Amino acid sequence: MRIKADTDVCIGAGMCVLTAADVFDQSEEDGTVVVLLPEPPADKEGAVRRAVQVCPSGALSIS
Amino acid sequence: MTNAMPEPVTLPLSREEPFDPPGDLGRWREEGPIRPMLYADDHVGWLATGYSAVRAVLADPRFSTETTRLHPPISQRARLQALAKLPGFFIREDPPEHTRLRRLLTGQFTVRRMRQLEPRIEKITADRLDAMEREGAPADLVREFALPIPSLVICELLGVPYGDHERFQRDSTTLLSLESSIEQVREAMEDLLDYIRGLVVRKRAEPGDDLISGLIATGRLTDVEIAGASVLMLIAGHETTANMLALGTYTLLKNPAQLAALRDDPSLADAAVEELLRYLTIVHIGPVRTAMEDVEIEGYTIRAGESVTLSLGAANRDPERFDSPDTLDITRQATGHVSFGHGVHQCLGQQLARIEMRIGYPALLRRFPGLRLATPDEEVAMRSNMAIYGVHRLPVAW
Ligand code: HEM
Ligand code: SF4
Repeated sequence: MRIKADTDVCIGAGMCVLTAADVFDQSEEDGTVVVLLPEPPADKEGAVRRAVQVCPSGALSIS
Repeated sequence: MTNAMPEPVTLPLSREEPFDPPGDLGRWREEGPIRPMLYADDHVGWLATGYSAVRAVLADPRFSTETTRLHPPISQRARLQALAKLPGFFIREDPPEHTRLRRLLTGQFTVRRMRQLEPRIEKITADRLDAMEREGAPADLVREFALPIPSLVICELLGVPYGDHERFQRDSTTLLSLESSIEQVREAMEDLLDYIRGLVVRKRAEPGDDLISGLIATGRLTDVEIAGASVLMLIAGHETTANMLALGTYTLLKNPAQLAALRDDPSLADAAVEELLRYLTIVHIGPVRTAMEDVEIEGYTIRAGESVTLSLGAANRDPERFDSPDTLDITRQATGHVSFGHGVHQCLGQQLARIEMRIGYPALLRRFPGLRLATPDEEVAMRSNMAIYGVHRLPVAW
């Protein structure tokens, strides 16, 4: 799994961080998403899928 | 649509059950996710009640949230038009204006930033509980606990002196009351803006380490915009969480087994907060959006200029998304609810609200293990007449 995040679209709601804290963080500056693990280990994939689903802005995608 | 369209409905507000969405919303959702709705200005627009339809509209950039484009879903809402366009009031702005302001603020509301506030919020909560205990039972939970906590927290965050809270409390009550006249709304907003503008001028001269000073320091906003954004955060930041704290406590008192579970196992707090947010959905009127071009949503064509009212409460009770949606279950996975909205306007303060509740409910229940309602249910006045649902007062004893 590979995560793509579009920081131009992200609104910094932080849902991704709440859903998968080891995979996502938010920048100190503008609060937009920072992907800590662009290729998350298998045991995080479920949480990442949920994060993509709850993200309100559609900033996250996986391939 | 090939099916005959049902007759337009009006938005229901009165409830048979205090914790369930008003009127026929549930039945309407069963009949279809979207239906025609008659607005207070005789506009025939739409009402969305299905979970996926509500999310689809809120996520779609072809819908606008600018006040001047919106039709009022209920007559009292017409008063909002009195506010037309306020600079900095970004909840009513579309991208790119919205994006510019929101970007300057999100850095202040990250999950991490909010967690750094936890010790302060714990202290504020404990202080309120001490005061309540000193005063003795019965106490009005709204006045002693639910309202002061978020109010103190947002004041500290913004750098607004809490000593002035009576003034902005009065103004924000007027703004949120559906019974206020347009004149009263205009006056309250002017008073609040005057007050905050004065504060901005003072902070420009003598900056602190608060959010308003931080916004000034960016050098990218005018004082008028900073005042508009600050007023928005001040109002949104305390009335909402306050109502969740009080209404949530009332709900738990009516569900004693779940109350006991939460009191005895603080690890349930995160899930309980999400479930109470979902189950109670205190934003009970709108949001409203207007299509800027023809948009197809789940087979319904919303024409340019038509408004859609999004029933967050009905969406949160959609059985397609949540099993046994009408049952309160503080152990369920309720994330994904739309109580904070969805799309680019999704609540800026949601992580703050979550922390206030995650600290607030268990602290209250542990301090007063025998907490109980000190009045018959019929005498608990519900806030059906306010933009944010909840209770006006909640007399409790312990
Ligand atoms: C339980 C408490 C809360 C609930 C249920 C709630 C609900 C909401 C909802 C539904 C929206 C979206 C409105 C729309 O789409 O038109 C929103 C937006 C907003 N909320 Fe909250 N809110 C809460 C707490 C807070 C707090 C504590 C703050 C503190 C700053 C806050 C600040 C805002 C702001 C600034 C917006 C506008 C965001 C934007 O337009 O980008 N809210 N809130
Ligand atoms: S959930 Fe989406 S919008 Fe929110 S911070 Fe993460 S990527 Fe950005």
